[in-house]
Amino acid sequence: MISFKHVSKSYTGTEKAVNDVNFEVEQGEIVIFLGPSGCGKTTLLRMVNRLETITEGSILINGQDIGELNEIELRRKIGYVIQSNGLFPNMNIEENVTIVPDLLGWDKKKKHKRYKELMQLIGLDPGEYRKRFPNELSGGQQQRIGVVRALAADPPVMLMDEPFGALDPLIREKIQDEFLQIQREVKKTILFVSHDIDEAIKMADKIVLMRDGEIMQYGTPSDILIHPKNEYVSQFIGRDRAIKHLSLRTIAQLQEEIGLVEIDQSIVDSKQVNVHENLKDTLAMLLNQEADQVIVHDDNDEVQGAITIDRVQRYLHLEMRQKPAQSGGKEKVME
Amino acid sequence: MNQKKIIAIIVRILLYAFVIGFFVYAGVNGYFSPIFEQSDTFWVLVGQHLNLVIISSFLAIVIALPLAVLFTRPRFRKYEWIASNVANLAQTVPSLAVLALAIGILGVGFKPAVFALFIYSVLPIFRNAVAGFNSINPDLIDAGKGMGMKAGQIFWRVEVPNAAYAIIGGLRTAVVLNIGTAALAYYIGGGGLGVWIMTGIELFDNAYLISGAIPVTLMAIGFDYLLRGVGYVISPKSTRQTADTATTT
Repeated sequence: MISFKHVSKSYTGTEKAVNDVNFEVEQGEIVIFLGPSGCGKTTLLRMVNRLETITEGSILINGQDIGELNEIELRRKIGYVIQSNGLFPNMNIEENVTIVPDLLGWDKKKKHKRYKELMQLIGLDPGEYRKRFPNELSGGQQQRIGVVRALAADPPVMLMDEPFGALDPLIREKIQDEFLQIQREVKKTILFVSHDIDEAIKMADKIVLMRDGEIMQYGTPSDILIHPKNEYVSQFIGRDRAIKHLSLRTIAQLQEEIGLVEIDQSIVDSKQVNVHENLKDTLAMLLNQEADQVIVHDDNDEVQGAITIDRVQRYLHLEMRQKPAQSGGKEKVME
Repeated sequence: MNQKKIIAIIVRILLYAFVIGFFVYAGVNGYFSPIFEQSDTFWVLVGQHLNLVIISSFLAIVIALPLAVLFTRPRFRKYEWIASNVANLAQTVPSLAVLALAIGILGVGFKPAVFALFIYSVLPIFRNAVAGFNSINPDLIDAGKGMGMKAGQIFWRVEVPNAAYAIIGGLRTAVVLNIGTAALAYYIGGGGLGVWIMTGIELFDNAYLISGAIPVTLMAIGFDYLLRGVGYVISPKSTRQTADTATTT
C-alpha cells in the first residue's frame, strides 16, 4: 500500500538524514520506525505527508507518487498525530476533533455525528467534553483526543510521531492497549515513530530499525528479536531479546508446539493462569515462586495442564533455532 | 494565604477611601467648577483629546500589526531584531523631544501631535504582537500543516486566536500611555485636556489642573477596562491563562 523507493533526504550537501530507504508497507499494518534520536525516523515519517521534502527517490501510496499529488489534499487524507498532541487551545474538544472534516467542508450534522462516534470509540462522553477546552483535560485524555482527531475524516493512512512518548508509563500502556483495540476495528495503515523497543514489540506488525538514516533491519518483531541481522540490531534490542520475544508468544502457542505437563495432583499449593497469557508474564510468575504449581486453564475455565520453567525454556529453544525464512516479511522487503 | 487576602482588602479599602476623600475634597473646594462653568470648552477639549488618542492609536495599529505579522513569518523572523530595535529606539526618545521633532517636520498643531503619539504607540503594539505570535507552540502549526490546513487557515484559525490576548494587551498599554502623553500635545498647539492641565500648572490654579487631570485619568481607566473586556470576549479562556500570568502585576 505504501512503498518507499530509494528515498533519500539531505539538508545540506553530502550529509544524509535519510539514505536510500526501500520498503513496502501492507494495508492495515502498524509499521514502527524504531531507532535512537537523530536516526532519521521522524524525517522519514514526515516525508510521507510532505512536511519534509524528498531529496531523491519516491514514496507511493496505492501506486501513486505522492510528489504528484496536491500536498494539502494529500495531508487531509492522512491522519497525523504528534507527541505533544497538537490540540488547538483556542478550540473546544468538538471543534478540535472535527477540524479535518471541517476543512473538507462536511455539514454540521455530519460533523457532530462523527464527533459522537469518535468519542465513543475512546470511551469519553461526547456531551460532557463537547464544550471543554484541551487544557481542562488530563494528558492521557488529550492524547486520546489527538488520536481520534487524526481518525476523524477516516483516512486510510495514519502517521504517528511518538504519540504516547510524553505519557507516564501506566497511562501509556493503557492507551497503547486501547489504541490496539481501536486499530482492530478501523484497520488503518499506520506508520509510527518510536524510540521505545518495548512499545515497538507490543504494537508493531513490522519494525523498521534505523540508524544514521539507513534501515538496519525490517521485519516482524519476532523476526528481529530472534534473528537480529547485525551487531547493531542485537545491541539495540538488548541482551534480553529472548525474554522480550516471549512476550510475543502465549501459553496456547506453546501448548500447540510442545504441549503442557501433566498436573501433579499431590501438590496443593497451585496458581491459575489463562491460556492466552503471554509467556513473558508467565515466566515472571514462575520465577516469583508464587506457588508450587501453575495450572493453565482456557477461557471456559477448563484445565489444560500445568506449565513449568523447563517447558518455557524448551519452547524458547525451539523458537530461537527456527530459520529466518519462516518468520517471513524480510524477503519481499529487500527486493 | 489568608493574611495576604486581609492585607489586600485593607489596601483596597484605603485606596477607595482615599479616592472618595479626594473627590469630596475637590468638590467642596470647587475644583471641578471649570467643567460645569465652561462645559462647552470642556467638551471641545475632551473631543480633541479623544481624537488625538484614537487617530494616533489607529494609525499605530495599522502599521504595527502587519509589521508584527510580517516579522513573525518564518522567512522574516531573523530580521525581527532590526524592527524591534528601531521601535525601541523610538521609545527611548523622551515624549517632549518627539513632539519637538514632530514640529520640525509637520509644523504646529494637531497633525504633529498625532504623529508624535503614533510614534510612541507603535512599539508596545508591535512588541506585544510579536511576543504573542512567537509564544505560539510550533507544534500547533506543525499539527495544522500536517492535517492539511492552508497557510491562511493556520494564520486565522490558529495563530490569531492564540495570540489575540497578547495583542490586545499591547493595545491596552499603548492606548493608556497615549492618553497620558496626549496631555503634552498642548505644547505644540495640539489641543486636548492638556490645555487645562498646563494652564493649571502655570497659574497655580488647582481647579483647572484637576478639571483637566481627572477626566484624563478616568479616560485612561475607562479605555483600559474597555480593551480588557474586548480581550476577554475575543480570546477563549484557555488561551488567556498563560498570557495573564505574564502580564498581571
